[in-house]
Amino acid sequence: MAIMANKLTKWFGEGDARTYAVREASFEANWGEMLYIVGPSGSGKTTLLSMISGILRPNSGSVSIDGRNLWSLSDDDIADFRLNTIGFVFQDFHLFPRLTTAENVAVPLILQKRSWQEALRAASRCLEIVGLADKAALPPTRLSGGEQQRVAIARAIVHQPEILIFDEPTASLDGETGRKIVSFVKSEILTAERCIIIVTHDSRIFEFSNRIMEMEDGRIAGFEQGVACEA
Amino acid sequence: MKQIFTLAYKLLVSDRGKYTALLVGTTFSVFLIVQMTSAFAGILTKASATVINVGAKIWVMDSAATNTVFGSIPMPDYVLDAVRSINGVKYAEPLYVGSALLKLHDGTYQSATVIGLDDTTLLGRPELLEGNIDDIFAENGFIAVKDEEFPKLENPKIGTEFELNDNRGVIVGIAKVPTGALYGTPTLYTTYYRAIQYIPSMRFTISYILVAPKADSDIPYIKREVARLGYLAMTSQEFQSGISDYLKYKTGIGTNTLLMTVISFLVGLSITGQTFYTFIIENLEHFGALKAMGAKGRELVYLIIFQAGFTALVGYGLGIGLATVLISAAKLRLPEYASRVTFTNLGLAFLLVLIIASASGYAGVRRVLKIEPFDIFRG
Repeated sequence: MAIMANKLTKWFGEGDARTYAVREASFEANWGEMLYIVGPSGSGKTTLLSMISGILRPNSGSVSIDGRNLWSLSDDDIADFRLNTIGFVFQDFHLFPRLTTAENVAVPLILQKRSWQEALRAASRCLEIVGLADKAALPPTRLSGGEQQRVAIARAIVHQPEILIFDEPTASLDGETGRKIVSFVKSEILTAERCIIIVTHDSRIFEFSNRIMEMEDGRIAGFEQGVACEA
Repeated sequence: MKQIFTLAYKLLVSDRGKYTALLVGTTFSVFLIVQMTSAFAGILTKASATVINVGAKIWVMDSAATNTVFGSIPMPDYVLDAVRSINGVKYAEPLYVGSALLKLHDGTYQSATVIGLDDTTLLGRPELLEGNIDDIFAENGFIAVKDEEFPKLENPKIGTEFELNDNRGVIVGIAKVPTGALYGTPTLYTTYYRAIQYIPSMRFTISYILVAPKADSDIPYIKREVARLGYLAMTSQEFQSGISDYLKYKTGIGTNTLLMTVISFLVGLSITGQTFYTFIIENLEHFGALKAMGAKGRELVYLIIFQAGFTALVGYGLGIGLATVLISAAKLRLPEYASRVTFTNLGLAFLLVLIIASASGYAGVRRVLKIEPFDIFRG
């Protein structure tokens, strides 16, 4: 099992101002699975995503990644866990506008203290995978939104993480490009040794999911088998 | 950590607009600081020119006259005899320092500093470029110092005549000295007795007594014995420090220099600090993304410290270079331009630029440490 979340709860504020973002959320995600987390704004998707990826400490509950209790680790170990185990694709990509595309992709390896040469070689390979080998020397600002998304994906996989986290991957893209990107992720990035979790509002990409977890008011409202699984 | 520093370098220099603004801020600040403090150092050095040029190890003077070489209070002859009798004194000779009005060959008047050397030993004599030192004993013989003020004597040659307080004077030698004078007057050397004959004097005539100790270890004893006579003995270094302290703390020069240095520092701090802070704010979400990806807080701190430090060092180098070029150019045009780049000036500028970098970096570090990776997800 890739991820096991057990009664995760997170609230913000204290006393009368206390607001629950996530209440006792428990779920599992498996290797080789593409799990979607869906729900309306404010339903707790992003908070849940942050807690299972080692970014936001829950008030109660636990997260186990491949058998390791994530939130029992020290802050430095959690940072190392994120660096080595998780690849992030942010909603706004967060690419460095003044680094080249290849340098942007190489950043996780640089944070892992790999040499620049080695990191850039790995970045070039990942850019080939996402079909942007010819854009390696360009700054991301010269790329289209879809291309920037693919650069962000290349950056997320360059260090071979076991878990990929996508936050609203199609929010900045038109429908067709969004579908192409997620289809590409499904066919080229998802492997039997990898688990992908996608937070999205976009029902047009539901067809690529293995499982859909629906959230409402901070609680897990239910699971649906994804279209891909049904097929 | 080399990889993080390389990333920091790339992030910094690739934003050319901000990087240029950062360099302009630090360079300008360092330039102004070095320029001001060097000018002040030049003034201090030139103010002690006579002390440096005469080169005696110990100067005995009236204790009320330590501010400038020209502010001496003449001492009676018995003090010379008393100093010579102190144990540890190898020899002691009188020195006259005064000023006189010269009437040059073309009829113009020019004030000059006249230094009268002991007739027997010529202790404190300058190095001659032209002429023979013995000619100083010739009738009306004077030696002109070829410094920045030399042209004011109409570039005299050996044999050039002038009038000094209605006495005839003849240039018998041209000398050079290590340091030019501050006050814009040319310098003439002659014998002690000719100086006090030609220049109106009070009853007492010895401006300073130049003392050579038998050994450096004798200096404290000599100073104590001179103090018992009611006078003051200072080493050459102490005398120079006294003159410097006078200019620093008892005239407006030191205050103005300090004020300008502080303003230069504040200008640099405001330009660099503001620009660096803006740079950090603009990249805040990227730093947040790095944190989310697994960068540790301290690694981001190192990254920012490197960026601030690198900017400071490059700006420091450029500022020093610019100041050096300007001072050199100014000295080519104005030989008497009083400016001297000292290690103290460089150290002070380095310290101030480090403070600028630290303050700029600190503001950035605070913001970066506060950002939560969760904020990146929330958008």
